[in-house]
Amino acid sequence: MLDAIKFYQTGSKTVGNRLLNPSMRSNQASESRPNTLISGHRACQGCGEALGARYAIDAAMRATNGQLMIANATGCLEVFSTPYPESAWRLPWIHSLFGNAAAVGSGLAVAARVRAKKAGNTNVPRVIAQGGDGGTTDIGFGPLSGMFERNDDVLYICYDNGAYMNTGVQRSSATPPAARTATTQLVGSEPGADWGKGKNVPLIAMAHGIPYVATASVADLRDLEYKVQKAMSYHGARYIQILVPCPLGWGCASSSTVTVARLAMETGFYPIFEAEYGKVTSVRKITQKQPVINFLKLQRRYAHLTGKKGDPKVLARIQAMCDENIKSFGLIGDEVPETVPVAIQALERNQTV
Amino acid sequence: MLKQIEGSLGIAEAVALCRPGAVCAYPISPQTHIVENVGKFVKEGKLQDCEFVNVESEFSAMSVSIGASAGGVRTYTATASQGLLYMVEGIYNASGLGLPIVMTVASRAIGAPINIWNDHSDSLSQRDSGWLQLFCESNQDALDTHIMAFKIAEEVGLPVMVCMDGFVLTHAFERLDIPSQEQIDSFLPEYQPKEFLDPKEPISMGAMVGPEAFTELRFLIQRKMEKALDVIERVTKEYRELTGHHSGGLLDCYRCEDAELKLIILGSSVGTAKDEVDRLRDQGIKVGIISLKSYRPFPYAKLREAIGDCKKVVCLERSFSYGARGIICPEVKRAMEGTDCDIRTTVAGLGGRAIFGSTINKIVHASLEGKLKDEITWIDMDTKLLNSYLKDAEGVTVPEDALVDDSVLKATVGHA
Amino acid sequence: MLQIRLHGRGGQGVVTAAEMLSLSAFLEGHFAQAFPSFGSERTGAPVVAYARIDNKEIRTHEPILEPDAVVVQDRTLLTALDVFAGISDQGFAIINSAEAPEQIVPELCERLPKGHVLTVPATDFAMQKIGRPLPGAPMIAALAAATGVFKLESVQKSFQSRYPGKVGDANAETAALAYEFIMNVKNGGQNA
Repeated sequence: MLDAIKFYQTGSKTVGNRLLNPSMRSNQASESRPNTLISGHRACQGCGEALGARYAIDAAMRATNGQLMIANATGCLEVFSTPYPESAWRLPWIHSLFGNAAAVGSGLAVAARVRAKKAGNTNVPRVIAQGGDGGTTDIGFGPLSGMFERNDDVLYICYDNGAYMNTGVQRSSATPPAARTATTQLVGSEPGADWGKGKNVPLIAMAHGIPYVATASVADLRDLEYKVQKAMSYHGARYIQILVPCPLGWGCASSSTVTVARLAMETGFYPIFEAEYGKVTSVRKITQKQPVINFLKLQRRYAHLTGKKGDPKVLARIQAMCDENIKSFGLIGDEVPETVPVAIQALERNQTV
Repeated sequence: MLKQIEGSLGIAEAVALCRPGAVCAYPISPQTHIVENVGKFVKEGKLQDCEFVNVESEFSAMSVSIGASAGGVRTYTATASQGLLYMVEGIYNASGLGLPIVMTVASRAIGAPINIWNDHSDSLSQRDSGWLQLFCESNQDALDTHIMAFKIAEEVGLPVMVCMDGFVLTHAFERLDIPSQEQIDSFLPEYQPKEFLDPKEPISMGAMVGPEAFTELRFLIQRKMEKALDVIERVTKEYRELTGHHSGGLLDCYRCEDAELKLIILGSSVGTAKDEVDRLRDQGIKVGIISLKSYRPFPYAKLREAIGDCKKVVCLERSFSYGARGIICPEVKRAMEGTDCDIRTTVAGLGGRAIFGSTINKIVHASLEGKLKDEITWIDMDTKLLNSYLKDAEGVTVPEDALVDDSVLKATVGHA
Repeated sequence: MLQIRLHGRGGQGVVTAAEMLSLSAFLEGHFAQAFPSFGSERTGAPVVAYARIDNKEIRTHEPILEPDAVVVQDRTLLTALDVFAGISDQGFAIINSAEAPEQIVPELCERLPKGHVLTVPATDFAMQKIGRPLPGAPMIAALAAATGVFKLESVQKSFQSRYPGKVGDANAETAALAYEFIMNVKNGGQNA
């Protein structure tokens, strides 16, 4: 995916738009952009989810020639996009419940097929189901697994910000260890979220043997668009999990959403990869490895680790987690892992500090 | 066409005649035979342009139904008991979204203790869900009601629960007259959704609504329910003319002319009661039955008319509201407000305890002999069994073979 | 109205037998009803099923407490529960056994009219023709022979429509054996 160009912008190792050939440039504001999630919605400043959704859905709109419908789980994305009597969605969109987006998506896909067949139409609208990490990894997990298992023709997108932000930053099974949330308070001998809890839904999705699974980040929108487009080239169940920093929940500056997301990639904290039919097929390599402290120190949810009172053992443990990710997913070097990486939670559970 | 088949198969045939585009369900007794058969019809091509989805839970069964209905196809599912409760969040959502889903509830008790047998506590627990709830007397009635349900749902713009007694009807092998496909095609034309998700005309469904409009949206659902009273009657009339089957309706009266006592009953016990009422009438006892078909919307005016100037009404309830009393009785009282009609209720047939003709006989005699002293009487209580617990646990007993009513209840807890 | 109660064990096709009984009556233009005792019984546990036959619509759905006929598909139930509870004084009892009724239910033989308590080696017939201990078809064929309410041909047709092909035909053959067996007894022949 990455262009061969090596003219990085000074000091950042990022490739600016101007240095890419026009076909490769992102079209943030082009006239032809579908603008499916249009301006005027009520997301917070610097909302990673709004950014991720805008790019993901527009990419899917392009890939499907506008023949797209969305089932949205309850959560920030739903709340900020459809305050009665307005809607920021310029495509068919339904919100039903918190935990059922995947199943509603399956139902929409059935309806689309049946209606198209009856009308003798071969152009069947495609379906995306989407939700936050709470709606995906916790309350919606059963319906999600059911949709995967049946290989229903739905792309499920999880906007992962690592907690229940809509209800006021409570811990989900996607909350990383040691992170502060409203339900993993900074009290006791091990402040923040417990170690050895949580689940790795991309790896679980792969274990269903579905055609396509990927992780992505709002720090690499080109990669995100590419993955959504690729996902839409498959039929059957697909899963993309996008890291979307939440300035409010993470306690980072609204202006640093992309920076924090990038550091999550560059530290190995959040491996970005894609898998087809249960096998990892590509990995987004770290371009300039950074210590995890650089990621943590931008966020108040980790302030207890990065300040003077921070426990170096916990920091070392998070660093070890990142190093293990780098090794397991092959985030550095030219290789793609031969075997399915092990969920990082295994390392946590297998280790006592 | 006459067939001697299981009730569940009859319902499956009825559903297939309605040409749904999406059917999904999760196994739970006693509903399973229905969807097994529908699934088979889809697989063998008897039911075309329809997809059958084997989901992983009732929650998803309702959710896939919501998606399919929002996507613009006629949608059917079925459940019972725990399954119904497991999908409750979706049940309320479907009515809020105005999706005309039709669902069979093969009525069954709710645990704990787990109990697979028939009563009405599952369906009645959903009385405030915004679904129409239509009860069926017999398998023929259930078969016909399912077909009418699609038409009613689509016209009213609300989902419909067809409540048929689990096992007693679903597993009974009886004679059924199944209408032809041509008849049903003329009665129920191809589904034309009023509103659905379509890339050609994008809409957003299920937006968040705040205090500024929520009350009004609730009122609009109540308005649909009010409209449904007429729709049910009209659709029933049309269906009866088409098929000659005396099914459906808001309620149905049996031997109510000159009746001095009218029983209000829901579901399959109506048939059992009819036989008993014939015997009682032969003995000169003037008793009639009002079979309550539509529980939601509740036909207050129609019921008041059906009760007329009869001074004695007894409900037979196969459900109960803890800490309160019967569930049906207060509705009947509301219908008869301002009259001097004496309305009592009896609880029987919970968790599959059979309702016999003799049960009906007992209720009628208890009523006529003035033995139904309180508003509510537990009619078929095994007082011996009850005492075996009460005596050991609390050192109290109830009189054996007594009708258990409020006075007995209060006596056992020391407030006589 | 003729009310029949069928007793057997899970796996012996008791519920199917009741259904086929109702189907047989239906095929002859009667109204009929069959329903199981709605349990969650597993294989081998006692199972009860009911059937009604009438010439007008059957409205009641109560279980049958006072049967006009009792069909016992498994004779080991005789000592386990009161299978003949409530049987009418003019009732019929058909028991799956190779022994004479007087030997296994002498009291019942005294209480009911002569020729109303009958045994038929239904399992033996089933083993001969079906190769599995499924006594449903011969038992209801025996009931048909004993009561004359419906015909052997209807019993055969019921099973053949439920199980098209070899299984249905084998059931039809066992039904014929049982029917002839009872007719022979009724005509003064010796019971096995």
